[in-house]
Amino acid sequence: MTNEALQELVGNWLPELEFTEEESQFLNIHVSPQNLHTLMSQLKSNPETQFDYLFCLSGVDWGEKLGIVYHLESTSKRHIVVVKVTTEDRENPVLDTVYDIWATAEFHEREVFDFFGIRFNNHPNLKRLFLTEDWVGYPLRKDYEDDINMILH
Amino acid sequence: MGIDTPNKIPDDFPGKVIPAGNGANVVVTNLDKIINWGRSNSLWSLYFGTSCCAIEMMQTGASRHDYSRFGFEVARPSPRQADLIIIAGTIVNKMAPVLRRLYEQMAEPRYVIAMGACAISGGPFFYNTYSVVKGADHVIPVDVYVPGCPPRPEALLEGMLMLQDKIRTESKKNKINPLEGFDEGL
Amino acid sequence: METEVVNTNFKSEEYFINMGPQHPATHGVLRLLLTIDGEIIKKVEPDLGYIHRSIEKMCERDSYQQIVHLTDRMDYLSANINNEAVCLAVENALQLEIPERVKVIRTIIGELTRISSHCLWWGVMGMDVGALTTYFYGFRDREMINDIMEETCGARLTMNYNVPGGLMLDIHPNFVKRVKDFITHFKTKLPEYDRLLTGNIIFQKRTIGVGILSKEDAISFGASGPVGRASGYSCDVRKHHPYSAIDKVTFNEVLKTEGDTYARYLVRIQEMWESLSIIEQLIDNIPEGEHRVTTNAVIKLPKGEFYQKVETARGELGVYIISTGTKNPYRLKFRSPGFSNLSLLNHIAVGGKIGDLVATMATLDLVIPDIDR
Repeated sequence: MTNEALQELVGNWLPELEFTEEESQFLNIHVSPQNLHTLMSQLKSNPETQFDYLFCLSGVDWGEKLGIVYHLESTSKRHIVVVKVTTEDRENPVLDTVYDIWATAEFHEREVFDFFGIRFNNHPNLKRLFLTEDWVGYPLRKDYEDDINMILH
Repeated sequence: MGIDTPNKIPDDFPGKVIPAGNGANVVVTNLDKIINWGRSNSLWSLYFGTSCCAIEMMQTGASRHDYSRFGFEVARPSPRQADLIIIAGTIVNKMAPVLRRLYEQMAEPRYVIAMGACAISGGPFFYNTYSVVKGADHVIPVDVYVPGCPPRPEALLEGMLMLQDKIRTESKKNKINPLEGFDEGL
Repeated sequence: METEVVNTNFKSEEYFINMGPQHPATHGVLRLLLTIDGEIIKKVEPDLGYIHRSIEKMCERDSYQQIVHLTDRMDYLSANINNEAVCLAVENALQLEIPERVKVIRTIIGELTRISSHCLWWGVMGMDVGALTTYFYGFRDREMINDIMEETCGARLTMNYNVPGGLMLDIHPNFVKRVKDFITHFKTKLPEYDRLLTGNIIFQKRTIGVGILSKEDAISFGASGPVGRASGYSCDVRKHHPYSAIDKVTFNEVLKTEGDTYARYLVRIQEMWESLSIIEQLIDNIPEGEHRVTTNAVIKLPKGEFYQKVETARGELGVYIISTGTKNPYRLKFRSPGFSNLSLLNHIAVGGKIGDLVATMATLDLVIPDIDR
């Protein structure tokens, strides 16, 4: 499906979705944290879109907000869409998990928790993945400081 | 290389020399040389490769550059049966206690070769990282450093032969434990 | 009639065992926490991070040419293809016109790298299952490819031959002849591999029916590469999102439906034949031209987001760059194939024995620095 047809179809499901296509190769959908899980499960189960392959889940620190970017692809129709969600709370950010929709999200969300500190509701096993259990801080945030180990160049 | 028969005997020679009939001198009770010959020609290394240098170490053990012709016959998976750790790869904060524990489980005499730039000083991962130990000699004492990223198999062989030379010069009287005083200061 | 033997002498409890970071069969520093009942596995939990070198944080302060150097060290067995991924992302973002010669040479070197990685995989797979001979045979053939790489690219393992804009140097005059000699030599060796391992009854009994992965699970877990293709899931990036000179050659995508360890093994052996045929189609007709397009010394990508997918020997590698117009990326994420392939280990190893776990992990072909980045 082309980007315009996708935009029209998905725009009818939920209100308050923003679509952009500039500065990116694919269609971007911005969704609020409350509607995230419903949008994702509809994107997978709807027979016209059928996005059954989540191939990239990345956490991003946008400066004031923390966010996640999902790249979805359909194995039957071969179209790609990008879904973005952001949250303003930096002290205790919480989002919904998509582990029940795509099983690959389990490890990816643990990685996002490890590096950015975003917690996920209903995740089966949310603990740190790469760093030791007693590490303090979330390294990939922009305001992470570590004077002993990091020699800056 | 090998046992050399000296023609001239130094004054502080710690052994008894019996002149042989044909004019050469045969060394009889020099225990150090025989022990060192045995130790240096049969060093068995431990399977310890963390990242890219491990592939060049495996290539040194394969058939073109073969390290078993120098005596490093097999690589043992268990540290209790090995004499030598070749640290091939980067050491990270999470891996450092594991490396220390493996070193302490080895029986003496034990030797360490640091292979590759990452094990010598952190290598390409020196700046801007929060989790790399900048040099394996912050964790365990190292005998030989082999530079390169990754070093060629011939370079690793030279490092191993250099270690063999170093072992041949050891002696039981001046034995030092490399771990003594290591944790306090370097 | 089968009767069930009831064990009344002692109770079996679940026993917790550690397949530690230093282990010959885990292909790197991976720690597996196994919960076992006798010899049957109940749960496998991987513990990662023993080679986490914080490459993504380093990339936020490096220029784009320096990032290419770091990608070699992630999945070091397909180093050229990793370099190609970042170079293609930067070139597509800057909308550079790459000469045909560069594209063809990149494809040839990428396929040689794929063969070299599968040779090493085959050698180590035999060693894991117990046949030490295959280690020496696999490494002997890999040395021939290392010689070709050393003459042209300058290094044996961490090549850095691709730069944003083309290739660092033009190919050596002997390149074409040596590649052709290698193809002739290797075509006599692949049947030898089959005689040694594929038809071996002991190997078949250890791998048929072990670690079965269904197609729906493969898609849901994000499996890619030979792991996905052995379950019938068509996931080859070279077919669906072609790059460089791949769309000029014809090759088959190898698919099997059983999804067990033996199927994954056969897919990789067949892929080596396909790579040889791709190289044969391209090696005689390398077009003339420049080997490099000049770029600025300081590369600044325009503001925006860029994604590039390539097919490495392990599966689908993705490079995701968010740029704000400066000379360093704002955020760079590597979607590594081993990360998703590892997450299905718990799903397929439960219920089997520890020996089956070792055989399954050998066919998943994990390279741990690729997962830990």
